[in-house]
Amino acid sequence: MNSEQIIFYILSFWFVASSLAMIFSRNAAKAVLFLVLAFFSAASIWILLEAEFLAITLILVYVGAVMVLFLFVIKMLNIDKSTLRAKFTGYLPLGLIVAAIIVAEMSLVLGDNQFGLDVFRFSSPTRHGADYSNITVLAMQLYTTYVYPFELAAVLLLIAIIAAIILVYRNDTSRKKQSISEQVNVQAKDRVRLVSITSPSKKGK
Amino acid sequence: MELWQAFVQIVYTLIPWLDGTVASILIILIKAIALVMPLMLVVAYFTYAERKVIGYMQLRIGPNRVGPKGWLQPIADALKLMTKEIIFPTKANIYLFLLAPVLAIAPAIAVWAVIPFDEGIYVTNLDISLLYVLAIGSIGVYGIILAGWASNSKYPLLGALRSASLLVSYEIVIGFALVTVVMIAGSVNLNTIVQAQQGGIIHWYFIPLFPMMIIFFISALVETNRAPFDVVEGESEIVGGTHVEYSGMTFAVFFLAEYANMILMAVLAVVMFFGGWHSPFEAIPYLESAFAWVPGIMWLLAKTTFFMFLYLWVRATFPRFRYDQIMHLSWKVFLPITIIWIFVVALMTQLKLGPWF
Repeated sequence: MNSEQIIFYILSFWFVASSLAMIFSRNAAKAVLFLVLAFFSAASIWILLEAEFLAITLILVYVGAVMVLFLFVIKMLNIDKSTLRAKFTGYLPLGLIVAAIIVAEMSLVLGDNQFGLDVFRFSSPTRHGADYSNITVLAMQLYTTYVYPFELAAVLLLIAIIAAIILVYRNDTSRKKQSISEQVNVQAKDRVRLVSITSPSKKGK
Repeated sequence: MELWQAFVQIVYTLIPWLDGTVASILIILIKAIALVMPLMLVVAYFTYAERKVIGYMQLRIGPNRVGPKGWLQPIADALKLMTKEIIFPTKANIYLFLLAPVLAIAPAIAVWAVIPFDEGIYVTNLDISLLYVLAIGSIGVYGIILAGWASNSKYPLLGALRSASLLVSYEIVIGFALVTVVMIAGSVNLNTIVQAQQGGIIHWYFIPLFPMMIIFFISALVETNRAPFDVVEGESEIVGGTHVEYSGMTFAVFFLAEYANMILMAVLAVVMFFGGWHSPFEAIPYLESAFAWVPGIMWLLAKTTFFMFLYLWVRATFPRFRYDQIMHLSWKVFLPITIIWIFVVALMTQLKLGPWF
């Protein structure tokens, strides 16, 4: 075993171990942290595969943004742990079936023969030198050959964003909205009305 | 660099069995130590500078008791924090409570690995170093979120909630602002970006990207939880934010991380917009030769110091923003401006305007 293989097996071990820990963890916040560790291990394995752009993007998008929002939501929710645990075994058969179907589908769709990669099954791809720029090659492919699928995916995401906003949008009448310019421009005479009154004459003394 | 090569040669001849993997790991370690030790020293004296500068701005003297003119104040502070007791809240999650400061400082130091200090002086030359900076920098938020959650206390939780939403929204703004630099330089390698700014002040990117530079600096203030955007700590509102339950060395580690991040953002501003290690006198007839002896790293450090001073200046000048105002600034002001400017820069690159393309 050379050093690269040793590193690969260490990273893979961490990947599998943290994924399992994520599933079996009883604390939602800890589960998210184990998922973060799993993402890190996956990113490190991708760097071993010389796919450094994908690895960094995985960390930037999933670890840096998505998982932060997960933690954010978990902190806001008051999760009752006993109900979660009670249903764990109840949902297990259904979960296993769904997982098996997903694995079958993914192996059909994402198999190496789908991308003309089955020639590498028994041999490794050629290594690139230190000056090989993964991001340049990827960008060339994305913005020339695959520009339409790329743009379509972008439009799909835009639709998803707009749909999410529409779902939580309330019209102006039911919404308490703050107008900062109004707050800044407020004058004393808008808020306070000074009334001159004649004080009653003091008789008690 | 020649000195370094000579040093490596001497080490190789002295220890013959040292080669291959062990040697490369050792070299990386030496480089890392050579980077981190001065960084920690700068952080320590940055706190001193902060107290002095803000003191003078507010017509006070600042620390002047420990050592001549207070020079030893940061050392005394460090000693005090190291010897203080670390208090664990009763119902805190101890592992996460201790993991939080580590998660804050580790990315803050790891990011420095790709910063180019001079032509050929860096720990590593990644091809995607800018993305690396953004990715690793975005991990720092975990330190704050976990600190808030693991403390099991209300003010830290409120501070962490504020910080999580602020950091995520301003990361987008910083990303967009830096995309314009990438568009002009045509690379995400920080070395290449600095090299592309060669040829005098007129070639530096703060001229075509002036609004982006301003937005980047303001967003950097938010990302590092600095005044006037320090609602995460917000003493008058939520006591001390995420740091409430932390004492002694655990608090000091957060402190180190925050200041290391501030210096990093200052260096990043210099590298992206102010020509990195390039001298401001390049391409000026007599001054260029007069200042040719100054090494590039000195220019980088001088520019960085200016930005570090800006942090202090801003802190002494502006009152704290309200939380919703910061959010408004991010999503409704900065984000539209950056998106528009991306189109402007795309037009400029296509039309080859100015000396930048």
